[in-house]
Amino acid sequence: MSRKLLLEHAEVPGIETYAVYRKQGGYRAVEKALKALTPENVLDEVKISGLRGRGGAGFPTGMKWSFLAKPEGTPRYLLCNADESEPGTFKDRLLMERLPHLLIEGMILSAYALGCRTAYIYIRGEYKWIIKILERAIAEAYANGWLGERILGADFSFDLHVTPGAGAYICGEETALIESLEGKRGNPRLKPPFPAVSGLWGCPTLVNNVESLCAVVPIVNDGGEAFAAIGVGRSTGTKLISACGNINKPGVYEIELGLPVEEFIYSDEYCGGIKNGKRLKAVVPGGSSVPILPADLILKTAAGEDRLLSYESLADGGFVSGSMLGSGGFIVYDEDQCMVRNTWNFSRFYHHESCGQCSPCREGTGWLEKVLHRLEHGHGRMHDIDLLVDISKKIEGNTICPLGDAAAWPVASAVRHFRDEFEWHVLEPQLSQQRNFGLAMEAVAV
Amino acid sequence: MVKVKIDGFETEVPEGTSILNAARQIGGDLVPPAMCYYTKLKGSGGKCRTCMVRVAQSSEKDQRPMPKLVASCSTPVQDGMVVENITNPAVLEARKAVVEFLLINHPLDCPICDQAGECDLQNLAFEHGTSKTRYEEERRTYDKIDIGPNIQLHMDRCILCYRCVYTADQLTDKRVHGVLNRGDASEIGTYIQNSIENDFSGNVIDVCPVGALTDKTFRFKSRVWFLNPFDAYRNCPTCSGKVVVWKFGEAIYRVTGRKDQYGEVEEFICNTCRFEKKAPEDWTIEGPRAIDRHSVISQNHYEGFGDLKI
Repeated sequence: MSRKLLLEHAEVPGIETYAVYRKQGGYRAVEKALKALTPENVLDEVKISGLRGRGGAGFPTGMKWSFLAKPEGTPRYLLCNADESEPGTFKDRLLMERLPHLLIEGMILSAYALGCRTAYIYIRGEYKWIIKILERAIAEAYANGWLGERILGADFSFDLHVTPGAGAYICGEETALIESLEGKRGNPRLKPPFPAVSGLWGCPTLVNNVESLCAVVPIVNDGGEAFAAIGVGRSTGTKLISACGNINKPGVYEIELGLPVEEFIYSDEYCGGIKNGKRLKAVVPGGSSVPILPADLILKTAAGEDRLLSYESLADGGFVSGSMLGSGGFIVYDEDQCMVRNTWNFSRFYHHESCGQCSPCREGTGWLEKVLHRLEHGHGRMHDIDLLVDISKKIEGNTICPLGDAAAWPVASAVRHFRDEFEWHVLEPQLSQQRNFGLAMEAVAV
Repeated sequence: MVKVKIDGFETEVPEGTSILNAARQIGGDLVPPAMCYYTKLKGSGGKCRTCMVRVAQSSEKDQRPMPKLVASCSTPVQDGMVVENITNPAVLEARKAVVEFLLINHPLDCPICDQAGECDLQNLAFEHGTSKTRYEEERRTYDKIDIGPNIQLHMDRCILCYRCVYTADQLTDKRVHGVLNRGDASEIGTYIQNSIENDFSGNVIDVCPVGALTDKTFRFKSRVWFLNPFDAYRNCPTCSGKVVVWKFGEAIYRVTGRKDQYGEVEEFICNTCRFEKKAPEDWTIEGPRAIDRHSVISQNHYEGFGDLKI
């Protein structure tokens, strides 16, 4: 049983209310920080902890915090990115549903460390019920003196607001989030300037994921070193993995980074193996935008070592034989799943969610979707497969924000690892409409 | 002042200048093409991705190259920066890709398009495009929209450069049009078919790099290269009155702003000058307009007449 830092009390009945949360030791970290620690101390603890951004990019949080510009007389803003809309990722939802006070506590600590007076939680519009949960929790925190003027009598005041988005995936990109928060169209901004210098209303702004902000609480409580002691190498601490797909026990699991993927999939403590006793075909380990890996490459790296759930191990092999930890949206496919259909489905998502600002992404995502639609529905030709690779190569790296890369990687990796299946769709257009590749190949083998 | 080297040519520019403007200072073939950037429009640029270049050395202090290609219109130069544009095959490859993306949903109706001959996309495709398309799907189409009595919007041809949106934002009192919808369903529009009515609305036609916004008083009257452009002026109470009149014989077919070699107008002009003053007596002719000799319009050029030794 691995240690739980964030979800320790998630199962306690009524934990979303202030009274129960407080009874379980909640807001201890705020007391400790405001009474015994300076903002620099908190920042140092986060740096020592080696916490890396949990939203997908994995950038060290402490370093990101230290980049925040601190000009005199200009307010600084802390934003919580709760626009969790990546297909396969639903960890923040659980955190906010069950532990809204943990997020508030984490945000108070972060704002204290950064000297922010005001913070916003930008939450995706589809999480309607969570907005209410958060608002109730914030009202409770105000009523009990954890938010507002001069918290705990210290020289620190802090206001927290919840702002719902309108349900655009692109608004999870930090500059698009800022635009949306300012009331504009959610188009990503050109960088530089980076938000740390000029963000919300032109002020220095820091955008962090829900899970990153929550992780600050155990770091302050137990110290950065205790957090850094968990995990492997530069992947420290615990991480929430939201597992879904063809597994026996889908759900959100808190793991210590460095857990072998094989154990995660097959152990009863976690996913509990593949549903209906089928075989594993492929895994998308970090939300729909990261490269998909076939069964042999997800369990072992190309060098034959065990693949671990950590930033480094999953990225081992680059994009040729590796993937990314991303946001921790772990999607498992059994042998019956059609990779062409799955790739088309992802591509449809990115086509729908592209903001349309820059040409490679606007036109490219639509093109990918149309070609994949053709292939999936039995109208593809052999050269379409190479066309897919070529389009994705031309989108990748040429766009304003990473949505272009996110649209290109799943397609490029699916063709790389499952080319035979794409070819089968071209060669057997009729058959591919009736049955899937796995079953058809089984029949051939018999 | 900072030093920057572009394709081996060194120049000195004030701090904060973009790579594109530094390249324009050097001039010639190494200037990246720009479809969405417009010097006079604050905030424009970065969208079309045709001006991408490679930064081989970020600055004197930080000698590392930048990891990705960058949009030259929105990346400021740093002291000692080394930039590769036409000397780097990867840049040309990326530019070719962008041209392909811009063209897959473009109707390619140049033969009946009024912009033909002065179209940035046409020039770009001529230089960087391929003669064949790999796009087999249906192209997206829209209905033609009249926005006001003088401007026609032809969304099929639009490349969503946002220039007209910035123009309306920065030049007129109240913007009534903008970008609607998302992704490849984005379109320029007025939501409920409003007309764009204010003194400077006609400038959206000048800033449009393609034939999406055209002058209804000129549509289908003539090919631009059959017309002779002249610099002209009149005493206008609203604008500077400095324009280019496009004549066929004595008749004035259309009036536009004065555009420089990169297609950017020197001064924005008002609607009265543009749409209503088409009689020869309205204008005082200064002389023939110099048109870049590479342009198809300069077929009938008058440039350098004075230098001719007969």
